Amino acid sequence: MYVVNKNFVPQINMNHLSQTISFSQSGIGMACIAIILTPLLGFLINGLFNKKLSTSLVGIIACAAIIIPFVLSCYLFTAIPEEGITVHLFDWINVGNLHLDMSFLVDHLSLVMLLVITGVGSLIHIYSVGYMHHDEDYPRYMSYLNLFVFFMLLLVLGSNYVVMFAGWEGVGLCSYFLIGFWFKNNEYNNAAKKAFVMNRIGDLGFLLGLFLLFQKFGSLSYHEIFGAAPAVLNGNATVTAICFLLFVGAMGKSAQIPLYTWLPDAMAGPTPVSALIHAATMVTAGIYMIVRSNILFQLAPSASEFIAIIGTLTALFAATIGLKQTDIKKVLAYSTVSQLGYMFAALGVGAYDSGMFHVVTHAFFKALLFLCAGSVIHAMSGAQDIRSMGGLKKYLPITHLTFLIGVLAISGVPGFAGFFSKDEILSKVYASGHFVLFILLAITSVLTAVYMFRLYWLTFHGKFRGTHDQQHHLHESPTSMTFPLMVLAVLSIVGGYMGMPEWLSEHHLFSSFLHPVTGSAPHIHASHTFEMVVLAVSIIALVLIAYTTYTQYVTKHVVPEDDNQLKGVPKLLTNKYYIDELYENAITKPLNSISAFMYNFVEKYIIDGAVNGTGWLTTNSGVLLKQLQTGNVGFYVFAMVIGICLMLLKLLF
Amino acid sequence: MNTLANNIPINYYLILSGILFCIGVMGVLMRRNAIIILMCIELMLNAVNLLLAAFSVMHNDAGGQVMVFFIMAVAAAEVAVGLSILVLIYRNVKSVDINILNRLKW
Amino acid sequence: MSQIAFYILSFLSVVSALLVIFSKKPVHSVLYLVFCFFTIAGHYVLLNAQFLAAVHIIVYAGAIMVLFLFVVMLLNLNADIEPHKDNVLKVSAVVAGGCLMLIMTSVMKTADTMPIIDSTNQIGVVKNLGLALYQTYMLPFELLSVLLLSAMVGSVLIAKKEDIENLPQ
Repeated sequence: MYVVNKNFVPQINMNHLSQTISFSQSGIGMACIAIILTPLLGFLINGLFNKKLSTSLVGIIACAAIIIPFVLSCYLFTAIPEEGITVHLFDWINVGNLHLDMSFLVDHLSLVMLLVITGVGSLIHIYSVGYMHHDEDYPRYMSYLNLFVFFMLLLVLGSNYVVMFAGWEGVGLCSYFLIGFWFKNNEYNNAAKKAFVMNRIGDLGFLLGLFLLFQKFGSLSYHEIFGAAPAVLNGNATVTAICFLLFVGAMGKSAQIPLYTWLPDAMAGPTPVSALIHAATMVTAGIYMIVRSNILFQLAPSASEFIAIIGTLTALFAATIGLKQTDIKKVLAYSTVSQLGYMFAALGVGAYDSGMFHVVTHAFFKALLFLCAGSVIHAMSGAQDIRSMGGLKKYLPITHLTFLIGVLAISGVPGFAGFFSKDEILSKVYASGHFVLFILLAITSVLTAVYMFRLYWLTFHGKFRGTHDQQHHLHESPTSMTFPLMVLAVLSIVGGYMGMPEWLSEHHLFSSFLHPVTGSAPHIHASHTFEMVVLAVSIIALVLIAYTTYTQYVTKHVVPEDDNQLKGVPKLLTNKYYIDELYENAITKPLNSISAFMYNFVEKYIIDGAVNGTGWLTTNSGVLLKQLQTGNVGFYVFAMVIGICLMLLKLLF
Repeated sequence: MNTLANNIPINYYLILSGILFCIGVMGVLMRRNAIIILMCIELMLNAVNLLLAAFSVMHNDAGGQVMVFFIMAVAAAEVAVGLSILVLIYRNVKSVDINILNRLKW
Repeated sequence: MSQIAFYILSFLSVVSALLVIFSKKPVHSVLYLVFCFFTIAGHYVLLNAQFLAAVHIIVYAGAIMVLFLFVVMLLNLNADIEPHKDNVLKVSAVVAGGCLMLIMTSVMKTADTMPIIDSTNQIGVVKNLGLALYQTYMLPFELLSVLLLSAMVGSVLIAKKEDIENLPQ
């Protein structure tokens, strides 16, 4: 069993330092720069020419701006050596002892993220063409998506923390743009603001972490920091502070307790946005950042422990809320928060490769689920309440099938992607000695299956509960929308096989692929018997869950009651534990009253008083002084001569 | 060949131009005829020119004398504009007494 | 020899300068000033600044002072037009100017060394000055011509009698 050792020093193989090349030096460099710049170009074209372009051209440009990077990423995947390559674009900041390069690190970790972002991103772009092309602001939407991809690529490709931070802020900005995309609705604007502000709180932590890093290392580049970290920081309390602050950043971006409440509200944006930004890519930036900094986190066992606890609690907490949500996107949003909690739990116990593995599989099946939800909403003419759905199976056959695959994947049914990654996390959490966390995560896993099956039965089975108009309008989505669904469904099945557990395959493909980056973390070894037991229990539990939810929601036609008829625990869950209200009362209202005081007293009397007083003083002293201006030139000259005399006298003494 | 070779201390020039300058200042202060005032300004300029030339010779640097040359050009421009303004004023108020030109105030 | 020349020239400069400010008639003032400028030209010669001496006589005595004389005569200002002599003003002016002179002289006296001017150097001859003017000070020299041109245009524009009736509306 893995025991946290305080004096553990990760072994960094200095030969692993990647070689640095100039961007024009080789095909790899050119490809890397092209990957970054193509989405930016797409954003500029669509953003600048906006409505002057025809709808189809906008779609073609936007999709090309992400498919080209995807193809190039595949090329990089084959071409990058194990230790990675740093592509130097230009010297960015060179002030005093701060030297920052605009350079990009392509190694196995960023390749994984690169493929997920561009791959899933491409599918979602194609889907968006079908989903959004009726919208009057379609070009703006597509340009924001491209901009988002640009910043996301900047985030994962940056070779130092500042480039990462630039991307980090950029994706937050795009998230704000896209959540508030339909800005005529004030609630959506508020959701966008909430997301932005909550992210800022996290970003402050991240930024402080970077300052501390710079103070300790005098550099912010990954190579220098990770190379020097064991020597500089071992047994030093600073490393705990740095890791804690970085995690605060991750909390904000990846929606962990206590900064998670923005993510469910972020569902105000168009559904493909929820799929791309708030499920597959941006929210996993926090996980990427921690995996990237795994050398630091290995040196800070207490911070890692904290991450594991927060992750587990978030997973459980969000899963319980998800049980009672009735908005199809909100269920998926809480499930995203919950799955992110899983990933953090994995990172916290040191299973960085498992965390990344779950990022990848989660990107597949959660994007799939969101896009299916989008297809359902599309068919329902915008309605999102599952109480008014039901029986959609026969109207939306493709959506139904793909959604089912997504549900099976996220619930962890053996053979689907979610099973491999989730069970790997569970067994590693157990094997690292965190028994309580393991139990909580196992309960979460059960809850996940419950709310996902509930969602599935309520949406696709039983009788249709909506209005007649809606029923008349039901139709399968166009091919541009169903094609990405099918591709993602296939990925949600096969995506798991790159990380088969040890008792199935000797070789964990994903883990060994990430080995150059996370290899210094101690290997957590779970016993095969334990994994088999987990598998057996999970199969039994899943069958039971599927059966009971089926009888509950399909056979007995139970429909969730109206929110105001609920009592006790269900009411608590429906209202999300009143966390939003708690924040409102504990933070927002005091802040507002302080602001009111500042305005009514400080601003009005002290600041305005000072400003107006200055004006009054100037005017009145002017009135006094203007007596001196007689218009008599002789007098002026006299005054001048006397002044000169005085100045010369000063020179004398 | 230079028969005028002298060895006058620079302080003499300092004091001479100081005196000339102060005479100019006195003139500006006590005369009210604008033309005389302009002439006194010329006198002051010349005091400075003399000093510049003296220093230029002392430091063996042509810059000082070039500066004198420039000052002369600026003085010429100044006199031309100043005198034309005076002509205009005289045409309007039939006087060049600066004491009656005191409207430039609040 | 040059010491004596310096003293004589200085004496003449100061006296003529004083006469400029104390003579009652503007025409006299102008003429005294011309004389004063001649003595200053003499100083330039003493400093071996021949070019300056020549330019000084041409520009100042020749052009500027003639302009003054011309304006004085044009406006017929030769009559003593200053309405009343304000003696308080005069005394205070002399006192203020005297103070300034005193202070200036004492400030100048604090200059620690008394270097001797070696006027055998050839810096002031036309050739050397011309080289400096057309090499180092080329740009200011050219800009000076713009200044003179604008001064010329400006003075013509200012002094022109405006034909108010025929102004284009």
